[in-house]
Amino acid sequence: MRDISMERVNNTRQDILDIIKSSELTHEQKVVNMANQADSLLEVLDLPDGLDELLNQPIDTQCICDLFEGHAPLRPRYIVPDYAKFLKEGCKFLRLDPPKDLYEALNHLLIFYKHVPSVTNYPVYVGQLDELLEPFIDTVDEGTAKKLIKMFMLHMDRTILDSFSHGDIGPMPTKAGRIILEVESELQDAVPNITMKYDPELSTDEFTLKAIDCALKTAKPSFANHRMFVNELTENYVIASCYNGLPYGGGSYTLCRLILGNIAKRAENIKDFKENQLPYVMDIMARYMDERIRFEVEESGFFDNNFLAREGFIHRDRFTAMFGLVGLADAVNILLEKEGIEGRFGHSQVAEKLGVEIMDIINDFNNNHYNKYCEITGNHFLLHAQVGIAQDVNVTPGTRIPIGEEPEELIDHLLVLSKFHKYFPSGTGDIFPVDITVHKNPEFILDIIKGAFAKDLRYLSFYSSDSDTIRVTGYLVKKSELEKLAKSEAVIHDTSALGLGASRNGHILERKVR
Amino acid sequence: MEVVVNKIIPFSSVDGPGNRTAIFLQGCNINCKYCHNPETRGMCQKCGVCVDKCPQNALEKRITATGEIEIVFKKELCVGCDTCIHVCPHDSSPRTSVMDEKMVFDEVKKQMPFIRGITVSGGECMLQPDFMTELFKLAKEANLSTMIDSNGTIDFSEKPELLAVTDSVMLDIKAFDCNDHHRITGANNDIVIKNAVFLAETGKLFEVRIVVVPDLYDAEQSVNDIANLLAPYNAQNNIRIKLISYRPMGVREEYKNLKVPDAKYMQKLSQILYNQGFSDVLVV
Repeated sequence: MRDISMERVNNTRQDILDIIKSSELTHEQKVVNMANQADSLLEVLDLPDGLDELLNQPIDTQCICDLFEGHAPLRPRYIVPDYAKFLKEGCKFLRLDPPKDLYEALNHLLIFYKHVPSVTNYPVYVGQLDELLEPFIDTVDEGTAKKLIKMFMLHMDRTILDSFSHGDIGPMPTKAGRIILEVESELQDAVPNITMKYDPELSTDEFTLKAIDCALKTAKPSFANHRMFVNELTENYVIASCYNGLPYGGGSYTLCRLILGNIAKRAENIKDFKENQLPYVMDIMARYMDERIRFEVEESGFFDNNFLAREGFIHRDRFTAMFGLVGLADAVNILLEKEGIEGRFGHSQVAEKLGVEIMDIINDFNNNHYNKYCEITGNHFLLHAQVGIAQDVNVTPGTRIPIGEEPEELIDHLLVLSKFHKYFPSGTGDIFPVDITVHKNPEFILDIIKGAFAKDLRYLSFYSSDSDTIRVTGYLVKKSELEKLAKSEAVIHDTSALGLGASRNGHILERKVR
Repeated sequence: MEVVVNKIIPFSSVDGPGNRTAIFLQGCNINCKYCHNPETRGMCQKCGVCVDKCPQNALEKRITATGEIEIVFKKELCVGCDTCIHVCPHDSSPRTSVMDEKMVFDEVKKQMPFIRGITVSGGECMLQPDFMTELFKLAKEANLSTMIDSNGTIDFSEKPELLAVTDSVMLDIKAFDCNDHHRITGANNDIVIKNAVFLAETGKLFEVRIVVVPDLYDAEQSVNDIANLLAPYNAQNNIRIKLISYRPMGVREEYKNLKVPDAKYMQKLSQILYNQGFSDVLVV
């Protein structure tokens, strides 16, 4: 471990004291933030040359961002346990026998969730909830099942204090799936985030419309293109955290992101960006990720000691890593301006063509980068269109069109997106607030989902512009909680603070309503 | 065959079930006091009043080679302020296009596969039955459903060719009482009522639209009468009834101060329909 200066130690001590005294943080949030500060003092990774100048910069020049993973990763960023195995076999470490009825199944899951680590210290994946619960659903009468599942979901919202927590349903309709949608429509809470896997052959219109109805009330579920994910990741995939497609029984070691707009600022012109600046930054980021992964696998001991690995709820060789990016739109616009070419991302074919060319370069780079611990995805990382963080200013999420510049017609918006979703097996997505009148015609959204998935879009979210629960970038917040936080009152979910940042810096309350 | 198209809305959530491309034809045969898009009523007379008033200079009056006057609309300069339609003395718009069914369908195709069908509205689209027949044939070939949104003053039973390619109709019944109807629209409603029954009998009546304007007529009586008229058919083919609260948006100045019905009154009207066995009642 390398030495650090006393000045850095003292600055960190001051930061810790500020956390202790904060009026806006709950006790749990303080503990997590203090741990992150302590971790920041470690220097154990063998960092690639040139990283510091790209990583440790303010947001208007930073080119690589490691998204708060800390200096000594003690666990993978995203962990996706095999909950089906747990409910079938129980868990020795937790001294739990297999559950026999719905009461036990739900209680077992709630216990298990408290032992699933992640970058947030809360489980980013809570299971394919409908499939997990369906075998137990007839062990009680329907009224009891509904009451139990409602309590289960409520318990999650009030104890998983971070809305980067995700449960999946679909593509097939199930009794458990229907009950989940019913209770979520009533609860209207932010946690867990939910995705419905949609397949035109397997999902019924009736069930999908029920999901849409729920989304119009509480901004979830979102809809994932099941066929597309199955083609890339097989049937054994999940949607976790924001909208991240990941292998089941595994997860992602790490996620770093390229800030493409700032890389474009370094370039003299398009040619320089494509041939020099972008490849240079990608190479350093990939090697930084390699080193983080090496530490997790070879030094942290996580995969040797944690009960999830020891009992086979996760498998080291089912982990991959996410090669993220933000600001494709920003990069395209900056580069066109440097070249004196007219056109903006989302509004011109020249801009979209450049966007596709940049994505092809990134995709080719990733396909040629080898990491020995990513066997599950062919020893390559998976591309990820990152949704942004609260501190982002003038950084457009993933490959989205900037808020305020959305094309007038939704069809034009969707056709732009259809060029970019295909690059991101580990997640991308777009969000559409819809007018209240759509409540009277949920088939409107059903048709858009069907058309979009036929056109290679991957992931879509809708919410009603007048709902309290809304989607920030990939996660959910309650507007009523943002208002409390804006008055410096502590609120239960740490993601509300991120949402407040995003509403101030990212203008997420100003999206074009469809 | 060519018609004047007021506008095409690529994705519409309010012109029939699901997502549809809605085509609004120019020209109407009645004059509803509460018309919320009066600029679709008349044909452009090329008077040029709008040209000078446009704050963006997006309109230009030109003489063609054959000596005809034309009003040229430069879409790229338009900011959508709607000054042109507000100053038009003919309830028209300079932003219309002359299009045939192929041109219209080319615009529709851009939305596939995101839409399940098309709806033609107006103005009064039934003034152009031949155009619609041709357009609907193209839509049917592409597996799109076809709907008509009409004020009901033109007899559908006389248009069998059109109906053969029409999946269903959304029909306005502006008032059940003929005198009320005449007062609101300037036209009698005997054909409207005949159409309602004919379309209900033939299973083509998807939706009846009732605009509720308490200042203009007794909507409660009208809803009662409509429910009595259509209840016998509702059993076989579920008919949607859409109760639309009058709102002043888009309405001409002289009618803008009509009273907006309150939610309680709308609720009362929908209850009348529920009591008569209508299960698909929308209040908007």
